[in-house]
Amino acid sequence: MSDFTPTEMMTIAAARALRNDDVCFVGIGAPSAACNLARLTHAPDITLIYESGTIGTAPNVLPLSIGDGELCETALCTVSVPEMFRYWLQGGRITVGFLGGAQLDKYGNINTTVVGDYHKPKVRLPGGGGAPEIAISCGEIFITMKQSLRGFVEKLDFVTSLGHGKGGNDRAAHGVATKGPTRLITDLAVWEPDPETKEFTVTSLHPGVTREMVAGTVGWTARFADAVAETPAPTKEELEVLRDLHARTKAAHGGGSDA
Amino acid sequence: MATFQSLAQAVADNVKDGDSIAFEGFTHLIPHAAAHEVIRQGRKDLTVMRMTPDIIYDQLIGMGCVKKLIFSFAGNPGVGLLRRLRDAVENGWPHAIEIEEHSHAAMANAYEAGAAGLPCAIFRGYRGAELTRVNPNIKTVTCPFTGETLAAVPALKPDVAIIHAHKASRKGDILIEGILGVQKEAVLAARRSIVTVEEIVDDFEGASPNACILPGWTVTAVAHVPGGAHPSYVQGVYARDNAAYIEWDKVASERETFLAWMEENVLKVGPEIFADRVKHLVGAKGAAA
Repeated sequence: MSDFTPTEMMTIAAARALRNDDVCFVGIGAPSAACNLARLTHAPDITLIYESGTIGTAPNVLPLSIGDGELCETALCTVSVPEMFRYWLQGGRITVGFLGGAQLDKYGNINTTVVGDYHKPKVRLPGGGGAPEIAISCGEIFITMKQSLRGFVEKLDFVTSLGHGKGGNDRAAHGVATKGPTRLITDLAVWEPDPETKEFTVTSLHPGVTREMVAGTVGWTARFADAVAETPAPTKEELEVLRDLHARTKAAHGGGSDA
Repeated sequence: MATFQSLAQAVADNVKDGDSIAFEGFTHLIPHAAAHEVIRQGRKDLTVMRMTPDIIYDQLIGMGCVKKLIFSFAGNPGVGLLRRLRDAVENGWPHAIEIEEHSHAAMANAYEAGAAGLPCAIFRGYRGAELTRVNPNIKTVTCPFTGETLAAVPALKPDVAIIHAHKASRKGDILIEGILGVQKEAVLAARRSIVTVEEIVDDFEGASPNACILPGWTVTAVAHVPGGAHPSYVQGVYARDNAAYIEWDKVASERETFLAWMEENVLKVGPEIFADRVKHLVGAKGAAA
């Protein structure tokens, strides 16, 4: 059927969502792979910003951490972290923020804080980091996550960062003027919010993926758009560039993460 | 003017039981050698703060030095979770700790407010986010000009800030290059400070006129500890030891392996071993300026 993995399809579909003139706040892991793939393919002039303060960075390998030396060496400039959050993020200069998380609900709210009760957690996760303000200050938010019943839940254990809240105009009710999550890119599909309710709706299925596969891996009742497209399969170039990037990264990190 | 001291003396003079301490560094320039010295000297009941607590906070917590942690992202970047922190939060080992959790924007603003001598930081944040429900130190204020509701958090003013830097001049002026994090703000917000450095030089000849981040009269103590950031890195001097970060995940996974590692690599040694630890990283890819 295919010679690419669902994770590769997710990364490539996420990369395609980025434009050449975007200024993108990049998270570590899948978002970092997608943003750098976009830069190495159709969006060579995209501005990538990492919260460690590097602006306009162009790493040759994916960073293991948010503040690897490679990010600074290849950046146009590097600013302090308070400046990054005040002038650049809060100042409204970022067009796209890329987020992932441990739990997601159908309105794009994200949990990266705890599983279980906050004060007696089953699992203590790393916490929000930059996400609470990325979610409200970037022009729009793309979310990338692998679908699973554990991750795509009806109700979050904890709202770390705001998506569309309870749906409809709830973002505006919170005093937030930015668009919020406009795209959810998973290993199975591309979802976009319904214009009225803001509930994520499947608009494109990846090659070989059925509606049942999508519906069976989310904890809410999956909605599908009237016309559901098929995501174009990865091109030869997209796959080659992505695999080269991962191979360079793996070699550079001493056999470590290839996220 | 800063006092030049051995690391052991600088810690003995400036870090007391019950102090609040910021060991800052944003992936880059994390003061590992100084944290190990604090552990060796057996400090207790510390309130520790950092935007991105990583291995050294796992070590301080696991060794029972910490009463309270103030933070915004507690992970081993690119690798996973902090296992000693999790054991303390989830199981109370070696004892329960108190946590005060913020976002990055909140802590960056709070350090800046501390450096600026303000009582609190005001910023546009936390809208729709539940940390406001569990952290009573997140409040709101109304802008007197526009009526906009803004988030407010107390300024961070640690008793001691501890950072690692590229160079100190003989006057104690401090130079850092590369990712700057919140180190300048943490030192200026703190009552006392210790800076460990790779090198002590007569002057910063050849450096950009904008490169000195702290004049010597704002710093309490300077200690010469080459390699003192390992396994973190020093831009242009030695690369980040990513393999060591990955290895830490295994070391910290069990209490016994953790305690054995600490005995062997922290309690039985001194800060002079840090220079050896970075030898194979000097000139490696990623260390180039």
